[in-house]
Amino acid sequence: MPHGTLPVLDVQDLKTVFKTRAGEVHAVNDVSFHLQKGELLGVVGESGSGKSVTMMSLLGLLPMPPAEIRSGRVMFEGQDLLTLDPKGLRSVRGARIGFIFQDPMTSLNPVFTVGHQIAEPLRKHMGMSKKRAAERSIELLELVGIPDAGRRLYDYPHQFSGGMRQRVMIAIALACDPQVLIADEPTTALDVTIQAQILELMKELRDKLGMAVIWITHDLGVIAGIADRVMVMYGGQVVEHAPVHELFANPQHPYTSALLKTIPSISGKRAARLTVIEGQPPLVLGAPTSCPFRDRCAQAMPVCAVKVPPRYDVGEGHDAACFLVDPLEVANAG
Amino acid sequence: MLDNPAKPLVSVRDLKMHFPIYSGLLRRRVGEVKAVDGLTFDVMEGETLGLVGESGCGKSTAGRAVLRLYDITGGQIAIDGREIGDTPQSQLREMRPTMQMVFQDPQASLNPRMTVEAIIREPLDEHTTLTPMEKRKKVAKLMDAVGLNRKFAARYPHAFSGGQRQRIGIARALALNPKFIVCDEPIAALDVSIQAQVVNLLEDLQEKFGLTYLFISHDLSMVRHIATRVAVMYLGKIVELADRETLFAAPLHPYTKALLSAVPEPDPALARNTNRIILQGDVPSPSNPPKGCNFCTRCPAVMDICKQVEPEYREVKPRQFAACHLYNET
Ligand SMILES: Nc1ncnc2c1ncn2[C@@H]1O[C@H](COP(=O)(O)OP(=O)(O)O)[C@@H](O)[C@H]1O
Ligand SMILES: Nc1ncnc2c1ncn2[C@@H]1O[C@H](COP(=O)(O)OP(=O)(O)O)[C@@H](O)[C@H]1O
Ligand code: SF4
Ligand SMILES: [Mg+2]
Ligand SMILES: [Mg+2]
Repeated sequence: MPHGTLPVLDVQDLKTVFKTRAGEVHAVNDVSFHLQKGELLGVVGESGSGKSVTMMSLLGLLPMPPAEIRSGRVMFEGQDLLTLDPKGLRSVRGARIGFIFQDPMTSLNPVFTVGHQIAEPLRKHMGMSKKRAAERSIELLELVGIPDAGRRLYDYPHQFSGGMRQRVMIAIALACDPQVLIADEPTTALDVTIQAQILELMKELRDKLGMAVIWITHDLGVIAGIADRVMVMYGGQVVEHAPVHELFANPQHPYTSALLKTIPSISGKRAARLTVIEGQPPLVLGAPTSCPFRDRCAQAMPVCAVKVPPRYDVGEGHDAACFLVDPLEVANAG
Repeated sequence: MLDNPAKPLVSVRDLKMHFPIYSGLLRRRVGEVKAVDGLTFDVMEGETLGLVGESGCGKSTAGRAVLRLYDITGGQIAIDGREIGDTPQSQLREMRPTMQMVFQDPQASLNPRMTVEAIIREPLDEHTTLTPMEKRKKVAKLMDAVGLNRKFAARYPHAFSGGQRQRIGIARALALNPKFIVCDEPIAALDVSIQAQVVNLLEDLQEKFGLTYLFISHDLSMVRHIATRVAVMYLGKIVELADRETLFAAPLHPYTKALLSAVPEPDPALARNTNRIILQGDVPSPSNPPKGCNFCTRCPAVMDICKQVEPEYREVKPRQFAACHLYNET
């Protein structure tokens, strides 16, 4: 491990496929990453790149079939989550590992009060009495900045605004003091001024509670503001991974560089014309045999069509899955 | 800008669109949603006016009202010199070709049972007397113009990606040689890497056909890229309107300032050093807007007068309009 200390979460060579009528969709291909205590790992990639399936695989949330976890190891607190039975998994999920998904309207149950939904994990995982759970629920709602928390406990999800519902989701995810919080596009459905509130809250909470966070988004701006390290996914693979400043200053993978150039800036120099990444993201049918970005890559070489690029270490805790960073492959392409 | 000969193609004055709220057994009218509540702006010939604001502030309603897809509650709309604010729907038909709309969700706005060719041809069928052969040629030309392969004319929308479906929607909007197109969040449903493709296409088409756009979006960075001037909406009203450079570099209205500062900057060095203005609370309901300035419940600079008197929307600096008491000292 680069940091010397043991990571709280260590994912090795995770491979998840879906059996569909069109064939086997290889949604997650040998994805590896780790998470240190108190750190925020940002995960970026366009839709379909495998971000959600990666996280749902390690939480055991995928319907099997059609999903199948082909291989991998997910070490958390000394055990491999992939080998746990459903009961063992349930004791981790929503307790030691909290999670928040994109749309709080579909993740909150409309027929129960918000108080009931926060208290549930407290009673189930922490064995709290009804009274103690209610007290703790109020604390949690206050923690995530919901005014008048004592009264709001008895309200139903539809009585909250989108931003407030997302705060409730965060409160539920934090209920059992998780070691790890996984947030899958938690602000995508929100307006920017509300997103800014939630991001601010998240930074505060992480400092206060010291948990490790995985923050999934397709917005590089969000990543720039809150992540310590970033993992870029494309076509089910990790194509680049680096500390946040390093990634933005020194991108090595052509997809990352193109992505950084294609988004207009709100304050920098205004480009006369946007840089375009031609083509479409791939649907990976069958086991990959080439670089997933090859068809859209302006610098592709013959080797890119016949081998999957490994994640080359380029120093500074930075790696990129691209043959361009391998001097031998570049020389071969001559 | 002295050397600006531009004249308005679209002139909107005090546009209002209120939706009634009915309730109870007798479906009695108990109130109204003031979705658009007094907009005044021009769209100059050949320009792109960006219309930004958060969800529910009335952008789509404004775009649809300008095209008279609604019978409006009040105000005037002149397009290409013709007043259409109170024109009955039956008489709007002949104006339809001039003004078109491109929608956010290319999936939902294309009939899944029609081929691409039929979708693009439909406005030609309705509004022209072209022969079938002429229509075929026109459709093929339109497909070329938006970068769709002619060979796919007989396919159905589901066979296309989101970006390609948006191209189909754009081709159809172009079929009748419009002058004015309302683009309602045309890239919001697309992936980042596809957004730039569609924005570049819209810019190319504007140049080629001399189009005028009202470009509705909640993506401020993209609006900064594409717009000539920008109008910012909050709770049914325009709070500020200015040239792009001015609006982004020197905004006047406190809401514009907060909105701009909330946009995540894709640069870690900048992102961590900017002092964000974090607005407290949520947007009030458009069925019950606050008294005075409609931003007064969240404004960091709120004064007593703001809770009493609605600020006038006026030209505070040359070519920069705002509605805020901070700029109303006499
Ligand atoms: N239930 C499923 N059946 C078949 N394919 C699926 C299913 N769920 C996800 N996939 C596929 O897995 C890939 C990765 O999806 P996902 O992880 O949701 O992407 P992201 O979260 O990055 O947008 C996509 O190609 C998607 O179509
Ligand atoms: N047909 C309608 N009937 C009633 N209310 C509507 C209707 N269309 C829009 N609204 C309301 O008007 C307000 C503005 O909506 P909209 O124009 O869609 O906003 P935006 O496009 O900025 O998100 C919202 O409160 C919305 O609920
Ligand atoms: S491996 Fe090849 S195709 Fe893939 S990104 Fe690098 S150069 Fe481009
Ligand atoms: Mg996802
Ligand atoms: Mg809208």
